[in-house]
Amino acid sequence: MELKQTPLYEEHKRLDARMLPFSGWMMPIQYSGILAEHKCTRKNASIFDTCHMGEIFISGSPTQTNLENILTVNLNKIKVYSCRYCSMLNENGGVIDDLLVYKISADKFILVVNAARIEKDEEHIRKNLAKTAICQNLSDSLGKIDIQGPCSCDILCDLITKDIFRLKYYHFDYFDILGEKNIISRTGYTGELGYEIFLSNEKIGQLWALLLKDKRLKPAGLGARDTLRMEMGYSLYGEDIDQTVTPQEAGLEKFVDFNKDFIGRDALLKQKEKGLVKERIYFMTVSRRSPRHNYKIYTDGKEIGYVTSGTFAPSLSCGIGMGFASPDFADLGRGIVLKEKDTQISISGIIVEKPFYKNGSLRLL
Amino acid sequence: MNVPEDLLYTKDHEWIRIEGKVGTIGITDHAQSSLGDITFVELPKIAAKIKQLEQFATIESVKVASDVFAPMSGEVIKINEQLQNTPEIVNQSPYEKAWFVAINIDAQSEKANLMTAAQYKQYLKEKEK
Repeated sequence: MELKQTPLYEEHKRLDARMLPFSGWMMPIQYSGILAEHKCTRKNASIFDTCHMGEIFISGSPTQTNLENILTVNLNKIKVYSCRYCSMLNENGGVIDDLLVYKISADKFILVVNAARIEKDEEHIRKNLAKTAICQNLSDSLGKIDIQGPCSCDILCDLITKDIFRLKYYHFDYFDILGEKNIISRTGYTGELGYEIFLSNEKIGQLWALLLKDKRLKPAGLGARDTLRMEMGYSLYGEDIDQTVTPQEAGLEKFVDFNKDFIGRDALLKQKEKGLVKERIYFMTVSRRSPRHNYKIYTDGKEIGYVTSGTFAPSLSCGIGMGFASPDFADLGRGIVLKEKDTQISISGIIVEKPFYKNGSLRLL
Repeated sequence: MNVPEDLLYTKDHEWIRIEGKVGTIGITDHAQSSLGDITFVELPKIAAKIKQLEQFATIESVKVASDVFAPMSGEVIKINEQLQNTPEIVNQSPYEKAWFVAINIDAQSEKANLMTAAQYKQYLKEKEK
């Protein structure tokens, strides 16, 4: 399959980024280096090309259109101009995708979804949506840049408008961005104060260039995006969650509203009643060694689970990871050993709480 | 890519500096650059025997764990303790500060299995194509 390029592809080439395939897209993994980009995000600010992500617009009252039935949060309860993290489930309660829903008005919503899942999501939405609903997949024409880090608010106030300052955590609004009226939300995937800026593909290169002129920020790639999200214990679709995993197994139950009906609800309730077979754990290693996807997890010589994602944590200088373990052995403080199959690699660790990194500027302001 | 003239190289991107019976070993500039930020290095113990083209160390970058192979066989006589707490020197100085181990070389004849700087440069060029 031919890899897609975002409208910022040439910019990345110019910056001499290391490019690699990700979810069907050719994406920048790093510019100067993952550690430097990670630290720059925590200390100042970074911009990320997130044009590969999907945006699906849905119009019509959520009850009548059946959108309410497709998502795990109660759309009527959400305030206009705010966002919620939630999931879209199959009948078995497995996660088709995790996403942010933006409420523009009582009957207009945007779903911001993972790049690798755009087609599957659209198919599932259209299959379950009432005929009266209008569903538009604008992923191919709408670009997005994430700006993340403690300086991000000051930078946007200087470059776009002072009104950015008024945006609260998980809220959004329309702003005049380079002559185009579009959305900026105070959201992100790093644990830092940050924003996601939506702009047409035609204008997004101009925005990238404008932001880059500011000396307080640097571009960061998907490598740093991954280490940043992992230090917060945020799940990555395809690694930590997929269609075989339910939100309650993945530790995402608080983003599910059981007081409403939705696809997968019965399966989740049944699973709860029977008891979970596996549950989400977070762990850190007692060295600089990092756990990796699919390493097996042991305690007292007994296999209890597996790693879904792991990395070196630049802010903590140790290995961190998340995975699944049998609930009988998922208690905090438990000593574990992480092993790669068929090799000698064996790393000692301990089960801890998330987030790993606790000093993020996320809720600053 | 920096490829010093006075070293011999493996296809797995390790180098060895031979001074009499003693060989000093590390990974090349190309290796550190493709791995990215190095976060951990595991070395053998002093007096360990290592064998040519067999794994003797492990190196981790943010993204991946990789094996490091011995350019020549011998007994480890020195290890670079600095790598334990400051593995980033592998990125900064792969041929000087970030040597991995020094060995007492078993057999000089093993040099025949290694590449000269010119050959290694050519090898890198072909790999890039």
